[in-house]
Amino acid sequence: MSALQDSVTRAPAVAAVPKGNIALGYLTSTMVVILLFAVPLFAKNFVIFQMTIWLIYAIAILALNILTGGSGQFSLGQSAFYALGAYTSAILMEHFGVNYVLTLPVAGALCFAFGFLFGLPALRLSGIYLALATFALATAMPQILKLGVFEHWTGGVQGLVVTKPDAPFGLPISQDVWLYYFTLVISIVIYVFAVNLLKSRTGRAMMAIRDNEIAASAMGVNVSLYKTLAFGISAGTTGVAGGLGAIAVQFVAPDGYTIQLAIALFLGMVVGGVGWLPGSLVGSAFIVFVPNLAEEVSKGLSGAVFGAILIVVIFLVPHGSRQVAYKIQDIVRKIRK
Amino acid sequence: MSMVRKVASISAALLLCAATSTAALAQKKYGPGVSDTEIKIGNIMPYSGPASAYGVIGRTEAAYFKKINDAGGINGRKINFISYDDAYSPPKAVEQARKLVESDEVLFIFNPLGTPSNSAIHKYMNAKKVPQLFVATGATKWNDPKNFPWTMGWQPNYQSETQIYAKYLLKEKPDAKIGVLFQNDDYGKDYLKGLKDGLGAKASSMIVMEESYETSEPTIDNHIVKLKASGADVFVNITTPKFAAQAIKKAGEIGWTPTQFLNNVSASVGSVIKPAGYENAQNIISAAYVKDVTDPQWHDDAGMREFLAFMERDFPEGNKLDGSTVVGYGVAQTLVQVLKQCGDDLTRENVMKQAANLKSFRTEVLLPGITINTSPTDFAPISQLQLMRFKGEKWELFGDIISADVDG
Amino acid sequence: MELFTNQVLAGIATGAIYACMALAVVMIYQAIDQLNFAQGEMAMFSTFLAWQMIQWGVPFWGAFALTLVISFAGGVMIERLLFKPLANAPILTHVAGFIALFAILNSVAGLTWDFTIKQFPSPFGSAPFLGSQLISTHQAGMIAVTLVLLLALYFFFQFTRIGLAMRAAAAQPESARLVGINTSWMVALGWGMASAIGAIAGMMIAPVVFLEPNMMGGVLIYGFAAAVLGGLSSPFGAVIGGFLVGIFENLAGTYIPGVGNELKLPIALALIITVLVVKPNGLFGRSVVKRV
Repeated sequence: MSALQDSVTRAPAVAAVPKGNIALGYLTSTMVVILLFAVPLFAKNFVIFQMTIWLIYAIAILALNILTGGSGQFSLGQSAFYALGAYTSAILMEHFGVNYVLTLPVAGALCFAFGFLFGLPALRLSGIYLALATFALATAMPQILKLGVFEHWTGGVQGLVVTKPDAPFGLPISQDVWLYYFTLVISIVIYVFAVNLLKSRTGRAMMAIRDNEIAASAMGVNVSLYKTLAFGISAGTTGVAGGLGAIAVQFVAPDGYTIQLAIALFLGMVVGGVGWLPGSLVGSAFIVFVPNLAEEVSKGLSGAVFGAILIVVIFLVPHGSRQVAYKIQDIVRKIRK
Repeated sequence: MSMVRKVASISAALLLCAATSTAALAQKKYGPGVSDTEIKIGNIMPYSGPASAYGVIGRTEAAYFKKINDAGGINGRKINFISYDDAYSPPKAVEQARKLVESDEVLFIFNPLGTPSNSAIHKYMNAKKVPQLFVATGATKWNDPKNFPWTMGWQPNYQSETQIYAKYLLKEKPDAKIGVLFQNDDYGKDYLKGLKDGLGAKASSMIVMEESYETSEPTIDNHIVKLKASGADVFVNITTPKFAAQAIKKAGEIGWTPTQFLNNVSASVGSVIKPAGYENAQNIISAAYVKDVTDPQWHDDAGMREFLAFMERDFPEGNKLDGSTVVGYGVAQTLVQVLKQCGDDLTRENVMKQAANLKSFRTEVLLPGITINTSPTDFAPISQLQLMRFKGEKWELFGDIISADVDG
Repeated sequence: MELFTNQVLAGIATGAIYACMALAVVMIYQAIDQLNFAQGEMAMFSTFLAWQMIQWGVPFWGAFALTLVISFAGGVMIERLLFKPLANAPILTHVAGFIALFAILNSVAGLTWDFTIKQFPSPFGSAPFLGSQLISTHQAGMIAVTLVLLLALYFFFQFTRIGLAMRAAAAQPESARLVGINTSWMVALGWGMASAIGAIAGMMIAPVVFLEPNMMGGVLIYGFAAAVLGGLSSPFGAVIGGFLVGIFENLAGTYIPGVGNELKLPIALALIITVLVVKPNGLFGRSVVKRV
């Protein structure tokens, strides 16, 4: 009963973002970075902790953005990679006494491999089918973490407590401030890497697949390679975010990585703007702070208030914060003229 | 008056002033979040997310503290109850706990809900020396004053309940073939551990099947089919209310009639047994520590009437049939007792000291004979239960009140 | 062997739940070419409305009919108010809209009717069906209702003008507009019908799983899985998919040693994905030809 010929009349699932527009200009970027570095000078430890969490989720949303905005694949399973990264860091730190800094590349590499492998069967799936497959992964992950066979390592349903690192070299700053700067530096590295990736040959190939898979393949792009590569890179980046999350929160348990997390990351990407990397920061702010705002309004109806705010946001800016940024850019240009 | 005398009298007055104010200071000792008019208390609840059913506990507590405030507060101080949502997510619980302690600067965090959330903040609270008081979970690990002197539970722990069932079985039905259905999380596994510990060496021979389910399953019918096929003649039902009702109903439908044990979590007549069908629930055995609002035997009970009056006047939007409201009410009353005992010494140290100094305290929603007792070495406020059997349309209590302390 | 038969029978009984929900999923997919993540919560909300009416003394079938009408109108309204203004927004934005709707319905139902489980009456009773204790008359009735719905949908899409117009509008919006079909209202109609079918599913499911705000959470995952397995374009496939998922899940839980029971949902989902890798449009879906 379905359409025999698809994709002719229908818009692509992900609106094309020109590659020049995936990031902020140098001046704005520098200003944002300076601002982020200055924050701990004014804020309380708790605010700094909150901002660390905000940065960590921003990395995870950025990773999803590489996948969806970059290669047009859709994932509701990011929480699985996040969990894998978190557990990798936690287990290495607590069972093997590995330094926390060293656990992050391991978490990233492991998740990259896992994501790459998952990307292989996912190649055959697109759109809704891919959404279901990734969704399945997200629901399976907490159950796998609880399995008796892994209990010795994962702590089973009880989870694992992680030790929070002190600032190194005797720096006179608190654990929270140190962790914030540590996360900030990693975030910047990952952001620069992502921007360059999407502007590179690989990125152009991915975006060609996003815009029209068949045309891309006709032009000689190795579709399978780049699609699985996108999955791997996205998973690896999410894994690093997961590892950082475990260190910042000092605790991992299956309940922390349910489908709710995958949905939150997805919402963060939509609110931030699909394909616009700086939007990850905006999207992350949305998922970290708006639930707090919603429960201020009403305890009994916090879910409904959150939903209502979300609807208002997508009504005003269906393309997320990206739309706002472009508007501002236009206005600035007009003024300059 | 000469100059000298004048100076002398002023300094005498000043001295007197200073003396009285230090005396007053000695009486009044305040920790963070406390003033002459207010005590700030934090709380963390899953108002949204998968466990939002329990959010009503936080709302009951808020209503109860409002009632106390309207009546003048505790020793003239109003309770400022700051409750945050963690959506049952451990990372969010850490964020909210830090917000309460570092930004709102509460005196302590009261009754945060859920084993995962409490585990996540356990170390932080103890490192910061902020009381994590009367946590809303029955895991055994909260009773560990030696290693975690700032954390205390409230309800009887899960393990002690199944230990009581195990003892009962060893005595009444030593040749039982036991089939267990449990929720695959910390709560289910804790209960199962209690059962196994209670059965001791006979556990492996007596338990013929351990079947777990996930909360994402729409029905647990197939597990009941499996358990019946295992030939078990005793069914230990470790499930939350919806699944408990399904299990009882399904067992009745497929004609499986083992001796059934139902965990206290789901022993509500109104919200479990009635939907499952009275005819399917006859002779089920359970254990209780609070009175069940929906059980007709408490209709004329004074404590229950007081609770119902509270629900009607102060929390009319809440459902009194929901067992969580009774628990919220009871734990809030226990806290008020602790704060009364603290008097004007409202420091974190003294809150823990007084919480560990409850002697035969009763909230009248507890079963007759059950009391709340704590000491510096016993951080398990309620550790008594009574067995009961379902007959007709109500629970019949039987046997003595059983004390079962399990150390963390 | 007895255990095997019993688990298959129990699987069919549970499968009927999934099949019912899968039909609603297929319906909305036909109309908007998307999966509606709020479908389960809409069905739950409709079921609560029916329950409330029954509490107020409306007889069962009266409440049933009224609920269908209200759900239909509600579905149309949601489309008009929420999703029509977003017609030009990217699909991912729509998905965010579904999630918002999910949160709102769940939270409002929780506050209005709270989270204690409610008994929902069955029109068919719950006696053993044909002497089998594994399938109750209610479950047999539910299977019958599912099959009737399936037939009705088949006739609607194959033989009625409006059904054909709806398919045309979903498949080829441009061409459909050219032949004078009001595609915008077809989408709204699809929402209304999906919502009404969801309401039927909810009212059939509630007597088995008990009514509470989170009752559809698990059901929807299985409903999606069933619909995808059968092929999202085929109501017939969706129903078969529902029964297959129900049976397979039970057998996996019973016979795969070690982790079978703990991982039966992941195993069921993994099997579906395997099927999809081999047959990307599901067992009964038609293949889609892609053009540049």
